[in-house]
Amino acid sequence: MSAAAHTDHGHHHESFITKYIFSQDHKMIGKQFLVTAIIMACVAVVLSILFRIQLGWPGESSSVLSFFLGDTWAPNGILHRGMYLGLVTIHGTIMVFFVLTGGLSGTFSNLLIPLQCGARDMASGMLNMISYWLFFISSILMLYSLFIETGPASAGWTIYPPLSVYEETIPGSGSGMTLWLLSMTIFVASSLLGSLNYIVTILNLRTKGMKMTRLPLTIWAFFVTAVLGVLSFPVLVSAVVLMLMDRTMGTSFYVNDAIVGTEILEQSGGSPILFEHLFWFLGHPEVYIVLLPALGLTSEIVANNARKPIFGYRAMIGSILAIGFLSFIVWGHHMFITGMNPFLGGVFVFTTLLIAIPSAVKAFNYITTLWKGNIRFTPAMLFSIGLVSSFITGGITGIILADSALDIAVHDTYFVVAHFHVVMGLSAIFGMFAGVYHWFPKMYGRMMNSKLGMVHFWLTLVSAYGVFFPMHFVGIGGAPRRYYDYSVYTGFDENQYGMIMDLNVIISIFAIIGGLAQVIFIFNFFYSASRGQVAVQNPWKGNSLEWTTPVEHIHGNWPGEIPEVHRWPYDYSKPGEAEDFVLQTVPLKEGEEEH
Amino acid sequence: MGMKLIVLVVIVLAVIAVAQLMRVYELTSKIRNRREEDIDLRVNNINASLMMWFLAAFFGSLIYMLYKYGNGLLPEAASEHGQDIDWLFNINWIIVFFVFVVTNALLFFFAYKYTYHPDRKAYFFPHDNRLEMLWTVVPAGAMAVIIILGLMTWNDIMGKPSDDAVVVEIYAEQFKFTARYSGEDNKLGYSDYKLVNGTNPLGVITTENLTGRISELDSTIKVMHNDIEKTENGEKAFSLAASEKMVTKVEKLERILERVVAMQTGYSDSSNVLAEDDYMAKELFLIKDQEYQFIFRSRDVIHSAYFPHFRAQMNCVPGQRTKLKFKPIFTTAEMRTKTGNPKFNYILLCNKICGESHSQMNMAVIVGTTEEFKAWKEAEGNTNLIVASVK
Repeated sequence: MSAAAHTDHGHHHESFITKYIFSQDHKMIGKQFLVTAIIMACVAVVLSILFRIQLGWPGESSSVLSFFLGDTWAPNGILHRGMYLGLVTIHGTIMVFFVLTGGLSGTFSNLLIPLQCGARDMASGMLNMISYWLFFISSILMLYSLFIETGPASAGWTIYPPLSVYEETIPGSGSGMTLWLLSMTIFVASSLLGSLNYIVTILNLRTKGMKMTRLPLTIWAFFVTAVLGVLSFPVLVSAVVLMLMDRTMGTSFYVNDAIVGTEILEQSGGSPILFEHLFWFLGHPEVYIVLLPALGLTSEIVANNARKPIFGYRAMIGSILAIGFLSFIVWGHHMFITGMNPFLGGVFVFTTLLIAIPSAVKAFNYITTLWKGNIRFTPAMLFSIGLVSSFITGGITGIILADSALDIAVHDTYFVVAHFHVVMGLSAIFGMFAGVYHWFPKMYGRMMNSKLGMVHFWLTLVSAYGVFFPMHFVGIGGAPRRYYDYSVYTGFDENQYGMIMDLNVIISIFAIIGGLAQVIFIFNFFYSASRGQVAVQNPWKGNSLEWTTPVEHIHGNWPGEIPEVHRWPYDYSKPGEAEDFVLQTVPLKEGEEEH
Repeated sequence: MGMKLIVLVVIVLAVIAVAQLMRVYELTSKIRNRREEDIDLRVNNINASLMMWFLAAFFGSLIYMLYKYGNGLLPEAASEHGQDIDWLFNINWIIVFFVFVVTNALLFFFAYKYTYHPDRKAYFFPHDNRLEMLWTVVPAGAMAVIIILGLMTWNDIMGKPSDDAVVVEIYAEQFKFTARYSGEDNKLGYSDYKLVNGTNPLGVITTENLTGRISELDSTIKVMHNDIEKTENGEKAFSLAASEKMVTKVEKLERILERVVAMQTGYSDSSNVLAEDDYMAKELFLIKDQEYQFIFRSRDVIHSAYFPHFRAQMNCVPGQRTKLKFKPIFTTAEMRTKTGNPKFNYILLCNKICGESHSQMNMAVIVGTTEEFKAWKEAEGNTNLIVASVK
C-alpha cells in the first residue's frame, strides 16, 4: 500500500490481524516495538538484579536466586559460576541491542518520523512490518537461549574469540552461542530494514515547506542514527558469519594456534584481534546509535517544557553530524592494550578526544536552553534533565578512558562499566522514558499519570547514581569486571577487599531499589494505556506537526490535506505572539524573521 | 512450589489494590476538573526544590566518597611509568572535576531558578554565535592539552625498552599464569604450541623437546592405529561414531607430526642454547629498580595480564606475542610500610573474561632486592620454581 492511496481517508475495515498484529501502520509498529522492548527490558533488569545479588553478598544463599534459577543454575540458592557470566552477557546484549537500539529507535523513529515530517506513513509499510517481526523473532531466540541445557552465551556481550568459538573453553559457547549469533544476525536484518526506511522517508516524504533546516532535532537525530546503522551493522553481520564458520566449518578467521583442553587444534593463521576490529567498527557507532535518538527526543522535550527555543539549533545539528562522523574513526580506543601498534593507539586517542568537543557544545546548549526559561516539570522534562546530567557525568569520565596512557591502568575494570552505563545506559534510558511520557498521548490517546511519573523519576535518578557513582571507585581501585567474586583480594590487600565489598553492597541495594522503581512505570504505562485520562490534541502545547493530528489514530495521520509548514518547530515564547507557542503550520507574519 | 504460589497471589492482590487506589485518584481528578497536563504550581515547585536537594546530595556523596575511598584505596604506583600515569591522572581529574561540578551545578540550579510561573514568559534566545564559539574553543583547547600530555606519556610507556631490560615471558592459560625467565643470556628460547605437552607446558623448542614430542606423537599414533585395526578385524568393539572419530583424530595427529618433524630442520643447537638457561616459575619475582620487558603469550583464549599496582596491563592473545615493559620501584617490604599493611602483596590478575573460573586466575608478584632474588632462585625446595622442565 503506498502512502498516496490514503489521501482520501475512507473507513476501510481492517481485521484484528491486519490492525494489531501484521500492521503496516507506523504508529502501531512503533507501539509494537515499544511493548516488546519493555518486556525485554524487564528481563534484562531481573538478570542484572540476580548477578548483583551475587556481587553484593557473594556465596550467600538467596531465595530470590533459587526462585528464578532453580537448582540447576543456583544450587542451594548460590549462583553458578557459569550462569553468572551468562547473566552478565545476556543482560548486556538485551540492553544494548534489544532495548536501546531496537526499542528506542524502533519505537520513536517509527512513531515520529512520519508524524513530524508530515507524511502519511513510512516509505514502505511492508518493510516496516517485516522489520518489526524480524525483531520479534530475534528477541524470542535470545530469550530462548536462556533456557537451554548448556546455558546461554557467556563470553561477555562482546563475544571475543576464541572463548566464544570453542565450547570446551566455556559451556556457554555451545548452542547458547549459536543461538546468540543467529539472533543477532536476524536482529541486524531488522535494524537495516528499519534504517533504510527511515532514511528514505526523511529524505523523500517531507511535507511542503519542511526544509531540512525546519526539521525538529528528533528527526535529525533519527536520520544520523539510521545512517550510522546502515553503515556499521553490516560489518557486525560479517563478523558474526565468519565466527559461525570458525565454529562449524573449521575455518580460521579468528583462531590461531590454540590448545583446548589437551587437544592441539590445527586452525592456524587467523587473528582474534581481527574480530575485535570488526566488532568495534560496529560497536562504537552503536554507542551513538543508542545515544543520538535519546538526545534528539530530549532536545524537543527540553525546548517544549522550558517554553524556549532550543539554543543553537544549527550547532545542535552540526554536533549530531560531527559525532556521527567521528564515531566511525574511534573504534580502536576499545583495543589499546591488545598489543596494537602504539602509534595507531595514539591516533585513536586523538580522534576519540575530538568527540568531546561536539558533545560539550550539546551539553552547554541544553543548559543555555534552561536559562531564563519557564520550566514545567512534567515527568518527560524531569527525565530530560536527568539525561543532561548523566550525559555530562558519564561523558567526562570518557576523557580518562580515551587517554591510552590512563586506560592502561583502568581498562576492563569497573571504571569502564561505570562510565558506559552512565553515559550510554542511563542517558539512553532516561531519553527513552522521557519520550514515552511525552508522546504517550500520541501513542495511546491517553495521558500517563504524572504524579506516579515524578515518583518514578526521582527514585530512578537516585538509585541510578547510587549504583554507578560508587562503581567508579571500585574501578579506580582496580577491580576487574566480569569477576564472580573478589575473594582473590583477601590474599593480597584486605583494605581494598573491604572497600570493594562495602561498595558492592551499596551498589546492589540501589540496583534492587532501582529495579523495583520500574514497577511503578510498568504499572503506570499499562494502566494508563487502558484507563488513563483521555488526551486532548495538543496537551503539551507543542509546535511540531504531530500535535496537529487527531487524537484518535487514523491510517494516513491527517484527515484532510497534509498540513504545510512555514516555520521551524521552536518558536516558543516568541516576542509579539499572544501564546507561548506557534505551530509550525502557522504562516510567518509580514516582516517576521524566521529565527 | 507453594512459596511461588504465595508470591504470585501477593503480587496479584497488590496490583488489584493499586488499581483501586488509582480509581479513587481518577475520580477526585474528575471532581476537581484537573487534567494530567495541567501545571500544579505546588507540585512544580516541589520538583524545583528537589533539584537543589538532589544537587546537594550528589556533591555531598562525591565529597564523602573521595574522603573515604580516595584513590580507590590503591597505594602509590609501584613502577616508574606508573608514577607518570598517576601524575597525568591528577591533571585529568582536576579538569574532569571542574567540568563536572560547574555543569551539573548550572544544570540543576537553572532548573530550580527558572521554574514555571504563569505570569512570566520565557526569554526568546535562539542562538548566540559568541557563546557557541566560546564553548567550542574552550573544550578544544582543554582537549589539546589532554591529548598532548597523554600522548607524551603513552609514547614513554610503549617506547623501546633499554638495553639492560630483563626479558620475562608471561604465559597464560585457563586458569593460571606461568613466568619464564630468560636466564643468563637474557634471551628467551623459541616456542611453538605444537610442542606443548605434560613435560613441556610452554612448548619451548629444544632438540630434546622436539625428539621427545616426535616419539610421543609416534607412539600415540601407533596405539590408535592398532585400535582402529582391531576394530576393523572385530577384535575390539567401538561404536561406529567413536571409531570414525578415532580415524579423524589419528589423521590430524599425523599432520601435526609431519609439521613437528619439519620443524627439526629449522632449529639447531643454536636455538637450544637460548632455551637452555631459561627457567620457569609459578610466581613472579622482580628486582627493584630493574627494568623488565615482558612478553605475553596465551595457550587457549584471550587473557589479560593486569598489574594494578604497577598501572600496567597487556592482553595475552593465542598465536601472538604482545609486549610491555615496566620498572618496579618499591619492594614488597617497602610497600608494606607505605600502606601500613603487613600483609600487603603485589598481584597479577587476569582481566579478560576467559572462562568460568576467570575470577580465580592470578599470580603472586614479589619485588625484592637482587640478593633476595638470588636467594629466592637458589632456595632449596622452592616449589614455585620449575627449573628442570625447560632443560
